[in-house]
Amino acid sequence: MNTRMLPLLGFLLVLALLGFGIWWSSTHDLRAVPSPLIGKRAPEFSLPLLDEPQRRFGSADLAGKPYLLNVFASWCFACRDEHPILMREGKRLGIKLVGFDYKDTAEDAKRWLAQYGNPYDVVITDLPGDVAIDFGVTGAPETFLVDAQGVIRYKHISPITPEVIATELMPRIAAMQAAQP
Amino acid sequence: MMRAFAALLALLICVSNVLAAVDPLPFKDRAEELRFQNLTKQLRCLVCQNESLNDSSASLAGDLRRDVFEQMRAGKSDAQIKQWLTERYSDFVLYDPPLRGGTWLLWFGPALFLLIGSGAVWLTVRRRAVAQRNAASSRNDNVEDDW
Repeated sequence: MNTRMLPLLGFLLVLALLGFGIWWSSTHDLRAVPSPLIGKRAPEFSLPLLDEPQRRFGSADLAGKPYLLNVFASWCFACRDEHPILMREGKRLGIKLVGFDYKDTAEDAKRWLAQYGNPYDVVITDLPGDVAIDFGVTGAPETFLVDAQGVIRYKHISPITPEVIATELMPRIAAMQAAQP
Repeated sequence: MMRAFAALLALLICVSNVLAAVDPLPFKDRAEELRFQNLTKQLRCLVCQNESLNDSSASLAGDLRRDVFEQMRAGKSDAQIKQWLTERYSDFVLYDPPLRGGTWLLWFGPALFLLIGSGAVWLTVRRRAVAQRNAASSRNDNVEDDW
């Protein structure tokens, strides 16, 4: 090969590398931290209910049935984008929808749910954010799909979209329910 | 007078920012504080991913600093605390990634590129030397021809 072509070849290689970088960052969420908890048991927790803070609700109450844990907060802007989708499609999932109110005051959360509607079967509150750390939560919104055995099957960072429900959640829920007698 | 007031105001704003960013933890001595600083500098904030846990003012970073501090107090080693964090947030939380299957390119990539580069330089130099020797010998031939 002609050695005079070498610089051009080098340039094309660099160009390809940069192009790959642009493609990669546009198709992947670079801020999404991979969760090491997928395929592992969800952490044990017991947190106050939003409506009755003196009562606690947690993994023991949820055992035996699959559920979707949705981390939200009244201070979270992206949650406002996600909320109508949960309102519209939450019931269609066919599993319990658990609202996880993250680092939020009860008054703010109640006002928020009164304003935008409450798609959740039950809402628990984590003001100090300790259980959220056990779940590896980095912010809101985040969503965890937990199966009947209490194993985390799927995690989604950033708002749930109809596509995520159709392509990620529904097939997994169907598979879980097929496995469950 | 106005200028002095502005300077004082600027100083106060700086100080208040620093105070707001670093929640004071009750260190019992300087050694414990240094250990804490050293450890949290090696950990990545999950919210502002270009900041260490030590620098970040994100509220999650504050929570994690508190957890790291409590675990230090509970007598856990740095390695145990890092393990606790990676169980929740994966290797991503470590600025210094551990050497294993998925990270070998990260660790040895630079050496690989250095090897490729020096190979290319060596080849070029050798080729030029050969070309020069050939040119020189052909010139010598010409000189002899002239004689």
